[in-house]
Amino acid sequence: MKKVIFVALLTAIAALFIFPLALTVTNSFMSEGEITANYAALTGGDDTIADAGISYVKLKWIPELVTLSQYYSVLIQKPQFLFLFWNSALLTLPIIAGQIAVASLAAYAFSQLRFRGREPLFFLYIVTMLMPYQVTLVPNFIIADRLGLMGSYASIIFPGIFGAFGVFLLRQFMLTVPYSYIEAARADGAGHLYIFTRIVLPMCSSGLAALAILLFIDNWNMVEQPLVFLSDPHKQPLSVYLSAIGEGERGLAFAASTLYMLPLVLVALYAERYLVEGIQLTGIKG
Amino acid sequence: MRRKPLTRDSLTASMFLLPSQAGFALFFLIPFAMGAWYSLVDSPIQGSFVGLANYRELLGNAIFRHAATNTLLFTAISVPLNMLLSLVLAMLLNRSLPFRNGFRIACLIPLVVPVACVVLVWQTLFDQHGTLNGWLAAFGVAPTDWMESGAAFWVVMIVYLWKNVGYNMVLFLAGLQSIPTDYYEAASIDGAGAFRKLRSITLVYLTPTTFFVFIMSIVNSFKVFRETYLLAGSYPDSSIYMLQHYMNNMFASLDYQKLTSAAFLMAVVIVVLVFVLFRVERRISKSLG
Repeated sequence: MKKVIFVALLTAIAALFIFPLALTVTNSFMSEGEITANYAALTGGDDTIADAGISYVKLKWIPELVTLSQYYSVLIQKPQFLFLFWNSALLTLPIIAGQIAVASLAAYAFSQLRFRGREPLFFLYIVTMLMPYQVTLVPNFIIADRLGLMGSYASIIFPGIFGAFGVFLLRQFMLTVPYSYIEAARADGAGHLYIFTRIVLPMCSSGLAALAILLFIDNWNMVEQPLVFLSDPHKQPLSVYLSAIGEGERGLAFAASTLYMLPLVLVALYAERYLVEGIQLTGIKG
Repeated sequence: MRRKPLTRDSLTASMFLLPSQAGFALFFLIPFAMGAWYSLVDSPIQGSFVGLANYRELLGNAIFRHAATNTLLFTAISVPLNMLLSLVLAMLLNRSLPFRNGFRIACLIPLVVPVACVVLVWQTLFDQHGTLNGWLAAFGVAPTDWMESGAAFWVVMIVYLWKNVGYNMVLFLAGLQSIPTDYYEAASIDGAGAFRKLRSITLVYLTPTTFFVFIMSIVNSFKVFRETYLLAGSYPDSSIYMLQHYMNNMFASLDYQKLTSAAFLMAVVIVVLVFVLFRVERRISKSLG
């Protein structure tokens, strides 16, 4: 009996979490006409609404007629969406690849090597990691301005690559590699580069996956950096531009949103283990 | 946890650290030091030293003070709420239930979905002619313009909780699962009730987890700018005008002095906060043994 109550309660909570997505996805299969009629109360302005007698938007879950017309528009008629989608990929992928490469090397040093100043240096990384974007964007902005990078993707990608989060997460993971493995390899005469590439990295593959996923989530959702660094609207990633889609294109926005969140939702469904592991690593003290 | 030293491998370490440190220095440390200098002069180009005048001006600025108050208020309310809700959720999920994994995925979904993808839904709910007002009207409640009034603060709070509860839930769940079940069994034999077990076992052994949840919640509470910006633009209702809006508008107007001094103030506050938290955590961990 108690279990039934828990399941009912959790179902209600889960529904709260899922409903904005569910609404976006179902509405993306409606025709623009149906969407316009449905959301008329929002767009009509105060006077017309009073006249027409419809005052409030009712959420509508099931399309009158399931149509792919919004997807046809997004993917074929209006290629600018695809360009913005591509912009997001151009910003996100180099950050993921770059940060994994740079951070795994640094994490090896922080977790397996002894050197002077290790603790204070690591503390510095942690502090930067905990800073809100609006603080770290200021140094990023100053250097981008000096190097003439303003308006280019490099001004976002480089600070992204050298973000401290990857170093922190991978260090946490590498600390779990049993010391005896490394000791044994050292006794056999293996160098650190060999140990790093052949022993530590393969053992940390799920940590690398977790980092890739968390970076993907954060950067696919990028808002702060493009607002500061990219003035050209054609260069914006979809994570900023989606909210700027004009009235009368609401249906289109639903379809574009659905496409945009799709890769991440698939990650959540199929790589949940790594996602959970990555989050848990941020909560373990090293 | 602490290992025996391998050797003193400073040279090797510096090779491994070189790429990271070079980039870290170029994009964070050096410009931050430059920023520190900018915050003390009256103009970024051939300025003269003015001491703390920029800071005085910043602290005297009504808009800055308003934004700082809002940010503080939002963090002070959202962080405890977030922790409480996610702890309850984790405790609900910390048992064998049908569909348990499905529920856990549902809690994580908001975390992965980009804010921009669901902004349309929030707008539909909280517009003056939106669904929420429609529901309220059915009960004869007069409509509120949620985004254009003080209520916007609570709308942003709901949106923040929706997105961030899952992250803390995962952390708490891991913490709960690390508490040995025989503690509870022993307490039951001693006749402890559910509340007593919660207070004397669960909350005590969750203390280390709670500290990290607390820190991550504070960090994530600053990211709520994404929601407020995408929902309401650069100049939202004054109740949700946060420090981050202020900073962004300083970027737009290229006001180096205000920008760097505000960044420095925020950085100092965060460093002090983190330092104090780690101190407190260490002390409590020690007393736990």
